[in-house]
Amino acid sequence: MATDWTVQAITRAMLPVLLVLTMVEIGSGLVLGSFEAQLLQYPTLLALVPVTIGTAGNLGSILAARLSTAFHLGTLSFDPRDENLAGNAVATLALAVSIFPVVGGGAWGLTAIVSGVQLAPGTVVAISLISGIALAILAITVTVAVTYVAYQFQLDPDDVVIPVVTNTCDVLGIVVLFATVQLVL
Amino acid sequence: MTVREVARDAYREALPALGASLVGGLFAGVVLSGMRAELRAVPGLLVLVPALLATRGNVYGSLGARISTALHQGLIEPRIRGGDERLRAAVAAALANGLLVSSFAAIAAFAILTVFGGSVAPLPVLVATALLSGLLSGIALAGVVVTAVFAGYRRGRDPDTLVGPLVTTTGDLFGMLFLLVAVRLVLFVVGVI
Repeated sequence: MATDWTVQAITRAMLPVLLVLTMVEIGSGLVLGSFEAQLLQYPTLLALVPVTIGTAGNLGSILAARLSTAFHLGTLSFDPRDENLAGNAVATLALAVSIFPVVGGGAWGLTAIVSGVQLAPGTVVAISLISGIALAILAITVTVAVTYVAYQFQLDPDDVVIPVVTNTCDVLGIVVLFATVQLVL
Repeated sequence: MTVREVARDAYREALPALGASLVGGLFAGVVLSGMRAELRAVPGLLVLVPALLATRGNVYGSLGARISTALHQGLIEPRIRGGDERLRAAVAAALANGLLVSSFAAIAAFAILTVFGGSVAPLPVLVATALLSGLLSGIALAGVVVTAVFAGYRRGRDPDTLVGPLVTTTGDLFGMLFLLVAVRLVLFVVGVI
């Protein structure tokens, strides 16, 4: 991590990763573009987009950071009965169940003030909660899998796992939101 | 520790950070839902939104992490005045990378949408919007990150724990607000031309 503090050196260290991540995010943008008509029809769904991506990415990165630390401390084993693994997975699911109804309610309330109401509040909360639970399960699966791969290849999980997990969860956030909207509406 | 204790600790530790970024994300969503007219006027802009928001988070999150590591190591002083050379280089690199990646995203989205026959706005409109929003939100975010990390450090807080929630909260909000400003400006200029 001994990057020189010059514009060239910082750019050389950062730019390749940024360009790859941007292509991944364009992928999620294309999923978003595929249901643009629905999103423009229901502004509340549009309002759910940044907060769903953000919360999914955060759930993944918090779990990844905790698993990486446990891994460095040598207190993590990849056994479903492992307390650290199971406890963090339970916490991720509990966080999703408590945060996503607030996401849905907040998005409905704020867009009701700004753009008027098209969808019932219950529908928006249901879309948000279903997406949230699905995302928590996906975030746990992806994080554990990526941490395990990093461990197998003896890579430092801090360098690899967090950016991979955060951006994967961003993409999954949009895909899951899209699937849930098709299911509920 | 039992599973229950690990889960309770993890839950308590994560909830405040999630709550903070929730507020930023919700306001960003309200801005996005209020720019339906611009999204219709600039086809392809919606495809760019996740990439532009993620770039703000990645670039300025990394700037914050770099500055807080340098503070810990005593490489830079927590002062904005006096113009530390390292600090200026780090901010300039963040801005330059943000602009490069934003225009790359615009070009990539335009190319993919053109190849697959989607409707898409002219390339100069997308690139100008991405660059302008990258510049405006970049200046705002660099200012917020540097000021907050320095202020936190001087008050004896660990800047490492400040950077994450700060960037996820303000990154989405500023990213979206300045995207709205940028697309309105570009549409205005296109209208005049």
